[in-house]
Amino acid sequence: MSHAATVVTELTVLVLAIFLGLEVISKVPTILHTPLMSGTNAIHGIVLVGAMIVAGSAHQDGLIRVVGIVAVVLAAANVVGGFVVTDRMLEMFKKREPPKRTE
Amino acid sequence: MSATGINLLYLVTIVSFILALRFLSSPATARRGNQIGAVGMVIAIVATLLKAGVHLNWEMIVGALLGGALGAVGARRVKMTAMPQMVALFNGVGGGAAALVALAEFHRLAPPAGRIHGDVSVAIMLSALIGSISFSGSLIAFAKLQELIQGRPITYTGQKLVNAAIFLSLTGLGVAVVAGAELQWLLWALLAGALVFGVLFVLPIGGADMPVVISLLNAFTGLAAAATGFELENNVLIVSGMLVGASGTLLTLMMGRAMNRSITNVLFGAFGQVTAGAAAAATGDAGTVRSTTADDVAVMLAYASKVVVVPGYGMAVAQAQHDVHALADILEARGVEVTYAIHPVAGRMPGHMNVLLAEANVPYTQLKEMDEANAEFARTDVALVIGANDVVNPDARNNPSSPIYGMPILNVDQAQAIVVLKRSMNPGFAGIENPLFLNPKTSMLFGDAKESVGKLAAGVKAL
Repeated sequence: MSHAATVVTELTVLVLAIFLGLEVISKVPTILHTPLMSGTNAIHGIVLVGAMIVAGSAHQDGLIRVVGIVAVVLAAANVVGGFVVTDRMLEMFKKREPPKRTE
Repeated sequence: MSATGINLLYLVTIVSFILALRFLSSPATARRGNQIGAVGMVIAIVATLLKAGVHLNWEMIVGALLGGALGAVGARRVKMTAMPQMVALFNGVGGGAAALVALAEFHRLAPPAGRIHGDVSVAIMLSALIGSISFSGSLIAFAKLQELIQGRPITYTGQKLVNAAIFLSLTGLGVAVVAGAELQWLLWALLAGALVFGVLFVLPIGGADMPVVISLLNAFTGLAAAATGFELENNVLIVSGMLVGASGTLLTLMMGRAMNRSITNVLFGAFGQVTAGAAAAATGDAGTVRSTTADDVAVMLAYASKVVVVPGYGMAVAQAQHDVHALADILEARGVEVTYAIHPVAGRMPGHMNVLLAEANVPYTQLKEMDEANAEFARTDVALVIGANDVVNPDARNNPSSPIYGMPILNVDQAQAIVVLKRSMNPGFAGIENPLFLNPKTSMLFGDAKESVGKLAAGVKAL
């Protein structure tokens, strides 16, 4: 595929992702806005994939090596921290606690 | 593994992220959604390791383990009340990673000038710029929320000019690089300038506007991640980054709407910088503040038929959410109807109060959103305001000179009686006066929210 064709495909995907993002999010109720932020926060940790590609590339000089590794550290913290925090939050949302009425 | 195989695995990741967001439409499914998203992330990582051209080396493994461990420890240790700054921090490191990927890619591609495709070049500039702003901006937001630096807007004369000048210079740098001046130092200058800009951009924003900023910075990191997808011709980065970018932007706009303010006003308005005179004058014939005791309030609550709790940041600071729920339980056992009225921008993060009350095991069915809550105040006996201030300030309805005029608020002043739990008469985070405290129906219970709520619970029990 020519480079121009690749770019057009990428832009198509990008635009579709925008509409999909707006569509999916508009269904999230206000009470879940904090987990929503935290969850999307975890998702942009996908930049870890980019960091790994850089850190694992073959022809690297010292700078790329260092920068790549630091990027991996930061992105990995983003991914793990993001998902764990979100899970902790969502774990707490309960419909009804076990009934403890004292009649 | 073949490139096709890798891309199919990435597609699985994309679907899992979409499902993760889709499942967030109900608290009942949200947690499962997050787990699906995490699995998708693992799939993407495995696929990347199998990708041609990615050589596993021990530094990468150590780096990933170290970062992951830091993230996990931070996420497990953080108190629920400190959640906003934790999210800001994770957001910032993600932005930083995107900026570093841009730096490495530019360094790898640039030496022979003119070798970089235009779109890659634009993408590198964007992810370097947005990623760095998100990194330093998030760190400032973290410092403000953690109270390492003062939370109020920090302003100086000519601030907007300085910010505009920096931003224009950065744009100029980026355009120069894209136009063909592929010099290494230009990108370094861009990164450094963007870091400075991120700091200056968040400093003047403070107080009640923090949730909006955090949401915006979250969108920024998403956009930066999407831009790295163009650099590396990688669809999973483009789609996932853009999902976050789009959703973060929408969430930011929704928050702005909840405060009846435009995003430009939030970002550049330096909220709370209104002359104290205007606010004081509008209060007019100042009433008197009626201070009350816990025992009196306990009687009011115990003999009410409907109590609405209005939590704010003060509840978070005092970590009083468990005590609030304990008090509600005691009241409910006496037959009092208790609900919670949640303003969309109460706290320091969108939905902050919901998370805290969920932590205290308050069933989410008792949490009422603003419109629903406002419909109920007229038949409410006692509105119990715990550490909330600006979101119950009637000036937002009545006083055109107030900086929050026009912001939809919780109309607690329609309740039969209002009790405000507050540390002192100091104005709230936004630094503006609140005539609610002077309302004849209002009584003030001063003191730490946690202690006060504890005393109320003891008082009701003793009756």
